[in-house]
Amino acid sequence: MRSAVIVFPGSNCDRDCATSLERVTGQAPTMVWHAETELPDRLDLVVLPGGFAYGDYLRSGAMAARSPVMAAVKQHAEDGRLVTGICNGFQILTECGLLPGALMRNVTMRYICKDTPLAIENADTAFTRAYGDIEETVMPVGNGDGRYFADDDTLAALEDSGRVVFRYLDNPNGSSNDIAGIMNARGNVLGIMPHPDRCADPAIGRTGGWAFFRSLAEATA
Amino acid sequence: MALKAIVHVGLKPGVLDVQGKAVANALQGLGFVDVEDARVGKVIEIDMAGQDRAAAYDKVREMCESLLANTVIESYRIEIAQ
Repeated sequence: MRSAVIVFPGSNCDRDCATSLERVTGQAPTMVWHAETELPDRLDLVVLPGGFAYGDYLRSGAMAARSPVMAAVKQHAEDGRLVTGICNGFQILTECGLLPGALMRNVTMRYICKDTPLAIENADTAFTRAYGDIEETVMPVGNGDGRYFADDDTLAALEDSGRVVFRYLDNPNGSSNDIAGIMNARGNVLGIMPHPDRCADPAIGRTGGWAFFRSLAEATA
Repeated sequence: MALKAIVHVGLKPGVLDVQGKAVANALQGLGFVDVEDARVGKVIEIDMAGQDRAAAYDKVREMCESLLANTVIESYRIEIAQ
């Protein structure tokens, strides 16, 4: 699988994503600086990592969504190839319009950093197939603006079409419909607030994210 | 003389503003018993070259739509001042 991790000024999970991709898929991604206007050739997957891109000034993900590399990321998505945004990456995907809704301040007004149990609501996606019969997993969250919000029509459309892929079992931040991760209608762009990249290595304990990266590898094999 | 654009960005009515809620709670805690609710927004001041107010307004509107406001959750109001 040929993958790329976009590195914004203020990204801080780019190396977690790179390590996870390499561990699980056996192939290291290309690290692409946000100021680039082109992505590597024949790319299967783009990962937008967690962090605080551009200091999250104005709104989380707002500046990053309009940085030079994003035109190429949008084109990559339009071509039907895979994109995933994790945490800050999810915020960037909503800000740039690849996914509906917005990520808002946690209802607790606190930064939340803890393991969260998740239901895998749709196991038939490029992002979840390797979970197989596993219906629940655990991944850590680390966010201040993690509350997913969308209007009622958007929520209904997401629910009716199986696009709510991950759901909190114990909603930590007030997200609408307990949503932790959604995908676009075409099924090739997914945003997730919890961090599969922080739990894909048995050496550090949790492995709830391993099958996430395995799914991506299998989807592009 | 240049123009100054003042952009007010706030969450749309009905969108939960947890920061505003915290501010309202704090004010009530300080004894301001008349406080029923508070909403927190942003003010962005932009210095612009040129004299044409109508053209400046249109440009700032474009700025709001493309970056300054996330119209999924926010609305905005523009003032053009000298």
